Amino acid sequence: MQKSLHLDPNKCTGCLQCEMACAWENYRSFTVAKSRIKVFTFHREGRFVPYTCTQCDEAWCMTACPVDAIRLDPETGAKIVLEPTCVGCKVCTIACPFGTINYVAQTGKVQKCDLCGGAPACAKACPTGAITYVDSDWTGFGKMRQWAGKTDTNPATV
Amino acid sequence: MAWTKNVLRVNLETGSCTTEPLNLAWAQDYLGQRGLATKYLVSEIDPKVDPFSPKNKLIFVTGPLTGTMAATGGRYSVVTKGPLTGAIACSNSGGYFGAELKFAGWDMVIFEGASPKPVYLLIQDGKAELVDAAHLWGKTVWETEEMLKRFHQDPQIRVAAIGRAGENRVLYAGIVNDLHRAAGRSGVGAVMGSKNLKAVAVRGTRTDAYTMADPEAFMRATEAGKQVLAANGVTGQGLPTYGTQVLMNVINELGALPTRNHRDIQFEGAQAISGEAMHTKRPTDGKANLVTNGACFGCTIACGRISRMDPSHFSIQDKPQYQGASGGVEYEAAWALGAANGVSDLETLTYANFLCNEDGFDPISFGATVGAAMELYELGLLTKEQVGFELPFGSTEAMVKLAELTARGEGFGKEIGLGSKRLCAKYGRPELSMTVKGQEFPAYDGRGLQGMGLAYATSNRGACHLRGYMVSPEVLGIPVKMEPQATEGKPAMLKAFQDLTAVVDSSGLCLFTTFAWGLSDIQPQIQAACEGDWSEERLLLVGERIWNLEREFNLAAGLTGKDDTLPPRLLKEPAKTGPQKGAVSKLPQMLPEYYRVRGWTPEGVPTAETRTRLGV
Ligand code: SF4
Ligand code: SF4
Repeated sequence: MQKSLHLDPNKCTGCLQCEMACAWENYRSFTVAKSRIKVFTFHREGRFVPYTCTQCDEAWCMTACPVDAIRLDPETGAKIVLEPTCVGCKVCTIACPFGTINYVAQTGKVQKCDLCGGAPACAKACPTGAITYVDSDWTGFGKMRQWAGKTDTNPATV
Repeated sequence: MAWTKNVLRVNLETGSCTTEPLNLAWAQDYLGQRGLATKYLVSEIDPKVDPFSPKNKLIFVTGPLTGTMAATGGRYSVVTKGPLTGAIACSNSGGYFGAELKFAGWDMVIFEGASPKPVYLLIQDGKAELVDAAHLWGKTVWETEEMLKRFHQDPQIRVAAIGRAGENRVLYAGIVNDLHRAAGRSGVGAVMGSKNLKAVAVRGTRTDAYTMADPEAFMRATEAGKQVLAANGVTGQGLPTYGTQVLMNVINELGALPTRNHRDIQFEGAQAISGEAMHTKRPTDGKANLVTNGACFGCTIACGRISRMDPSHFSIQDKPQYQGASGGVEYEAAWALGAANGVSDLETLTYANFLCNEDGFDPISFGATVGAAMELYELGLLTKEQVGFELPFGSTEAMVKLAELTARGEGFGKEIGLGSKRLCAKYGRPELSMTVKGQEFPAYDGRGLQGMGLAYATSNRGACHLRGYMVSPEVLGIPVKMEPQATEGKPAMLKAFQDLTAVVDSSGLCLFTTFAWGLSDIQPQIQAACEGDWSEERLLLVGERIWNLEREFNLAAGLTGKDDTLPPRLLKEPAKTGPQKGAVSKLPQMLPEYYRVRGWTPEGVPTAETRTRLGV
């Protein structure tokens, strides 16, 4: 079964544990500037929104890469960057409509979410359940359940 | 190493920014943050210095666990000699700023001297420079942050700034970071203003600035800590749901909620300004005051309140900038802006709180000072002509006006900006000031909770609930239940709390973890992060050393044991209602015992033996 990261902004508190977990996984550092998942604060709306790569099937970044450095991980469905192949031309960062693949000056390569090979560190670190790693075919399950709970099975007759 | 080992020294006089290595021997003795910066300050300034003199210094400091995955590992402190008290001032803040400073590679920034013109400090990793802030002077904290991000074209910059309160030297001006998190108390923002320093803007992207001593053990220890927080009723449910406001009804029912400048000890309007009320839909617009809860950096508790006001409230009708969501009231603020003045309109409190964040002043000292002014007004010692408007207890209009005037230093706001000690002295009734060492009480009455009375009287930064939170044993039964009116065992318990708190404040962690965590939960996290031996015994010794160092500074600054006291109202006027009816503070019974367990003389001075034992 393929799994996807499921992000629920309503549960997010903006604690950045996910960002630290991501940076730790890839850099052994807590510096959130290196995280591939970003949590945005919309202060005036009182909303925190975690955001990262959705692993498009027909991924713009993958299609755009001139040296074929972005490949499909058949296990997880993730589009992953092959660092030794990447030439740092940044075409993928232009191609991606969502901004979730970015250049890293420190390495001269690009980076994006790779689902940590099937055990995403952000989902494990999130204390609120705002990030979960669920069956790709059922990312709507939670919302369906919520609406199902609102169904009035015994409508009062008027 | 969990320390970056780098100190940034900024000479505001000459404009130079220099790097020096952290004194690692001191780090072993004082851990970090509060303790370590105090050691630097005490070693570098004359304790008798005028807090507003360029000779005073201002230190921003992180802890070894700041910027780590330890739950709540995002705190920083600001340490200086405080203008409100003339004592050591150390204010702690959360948000994201502290971690960013660490990511940029700094344990500490020491500001010395005063700048001839307004400046801000820009830190981008290892690069630091002072930049002209003429265009920012006179702006609010909120405007300043927005302008800095726009000017530097970097929305990821974190900003700590003073508002107009700090510029105008409101004696309890704070430093606000990330829009609504504050190093709020004791006037650290006024010192910053006196140095012509408007803001510190920082962006940190280094991955090599510090490491954990034992990374695997650190991840294990912090994960275990998070599970304890999640499973605990206070940190896992109470605080996320109600914030610290979970206490409002509890403390009121217990008869320990100071009301109308401590004339009363219960507030009839408590329910209306409580955490529960923040969740209740307003009749006016059908929405609740509370929008959501929010966390500081790395925090798995998330006590923060994000509120949205009723847009039709009289205070903000034509002011769109206050109609969006922002930092809502926590318990101390709700008390100070509400019960302390008899104001029971949650929307008024929220507005005043927004202004405290926007212009950088401490809602506790501000609200308590307004309460004192209202009492002076009701006694006829202040008149409508002097104030400019009516100032009776309970007036929402007066609260709104004073919140607007104080930071700007306009009208009667200028006098409110002096704090209650100076205000009450000016109008001939110094005893009506509800302060210790010049700093206003927070939201617990020292008659209702005897241990809190002792904690206030002995706190090194003036009246404060964050130096030894005796509410834990006296109300919540943590770690053991102590009766509110009992005195026995409280001096020793308070000492233990004060020392433990000094450790937590020096580590980078939030004190609120201690509702769930004991030292045995904290110790493995510090041990795994920091080189050296950090046994529980050693940590408590570090805490005790910090407490005594602060005390020695205060004594050298001219304070004495006589300042370890409470206003006559608490010592003589019995509580009027509720379960603690008839109670006065039994401070005289507890203080000698406290000095004894501290290893101090009957005059409150550390004995030679204590000094040697702690190496202070
Ligand atoms: S860890 Fe979860 S709650 Fe915290 S910021 Fe990330 S998504 Fe939000
Ligand atoms: S408990 Fe509250 S104050 Fe402490 S770090 Fe968490 S959100 Fe911030």
